[in-house]
Amino acid sequence: MADILEFTYEVSGEDFTRAGEASSDVKRKLKKLGVSPDVIRRVSIALYEGEINMVIHAHGGKITIQISEDKITMILDDRGPGIPDIAKAMTAGYSTAPDNVRNLGFGAGMGLPNMKKNTDKIDIETKLGVGTKVLMEIKL
Amino acid sequence: MTVNDVIKLLDATALTCEDKLDREVMSACGSDMMSDVLAFAKCKCVLLTGLCNPQVIRTAEMMDIVCIIFVRGKRPDPAMMELSEEMEIPLIATPHRMFSACGILYETGLRGGEMDG
Repeated sequence: MADILEFTYEVSGEDFTRAGEASSDVKRKLKKLGVSPDVIRRVSIALYEGEINMVIHAHGGKITIQISEDKITMILDDRGPGIPDIAKAMTAGYSTAPDNVRNLGFGAGMGLPNMKKNTDKIDIETKLGVGTKVLMEIKL
Repeated sequence: MTVNDVIKLLDATALTCEDKLDREVMSACGSDMMSDVLAFAKCKCVLLTGLCNPQVIRTAEMMDIVCIIFVRGKRPDPAMMELSEEMEIPLIATPHRMFSACGILYETGLRGGEMDG
């Protein structure tokens, strides 16, 4: 079996201006690896949406990226408040983001639907008061 | 159309990446909501926005946006300018308001891309 490349990132929940640094780095790495532009675009959008969500809702967390021969897997693990109603959260336009986040240009309720749209698989495990783990896959 | 053409049309000023203003522009997206830009922006588009924070540049990077146009004369701070140079995404500023700036570009034939669904 071919090797799996793995990268991990700690996402700070303290500084919104730094949100997206992990996604930027992943994008650079995928470019260097010669991954197709369409896949890079989909990974970038899904991962950045997820990273922003971690900062806005969950005070940061950990991102793990695994690149194998046939797919890219993104695992976003946080110890935030959890998602009370995943079906609602997956609905375009539904958002629980506070006004200060909207003033920064986010919280339009497009994040999770956009993550789903840009990936081949998305699984969300969440437990109130414990945290949320989002697993996304994009085929190569 | 190139970024240089956009600058002339919008009476704009180039703020960063002046060696990258010959890039081709195929479409445009006007929004202050980065969530919507991430959901709807098309290839080789310019982003018109009144929002002025580093996430605008991060969003543009993820979407391969050709250049960011700040409307209503908004000016990015030095940290944003530095990030734009690092990301190689030109920042330009126009005194026009959002509606007018979009209208000027639309009039020349630039479009927002096909609607989804």
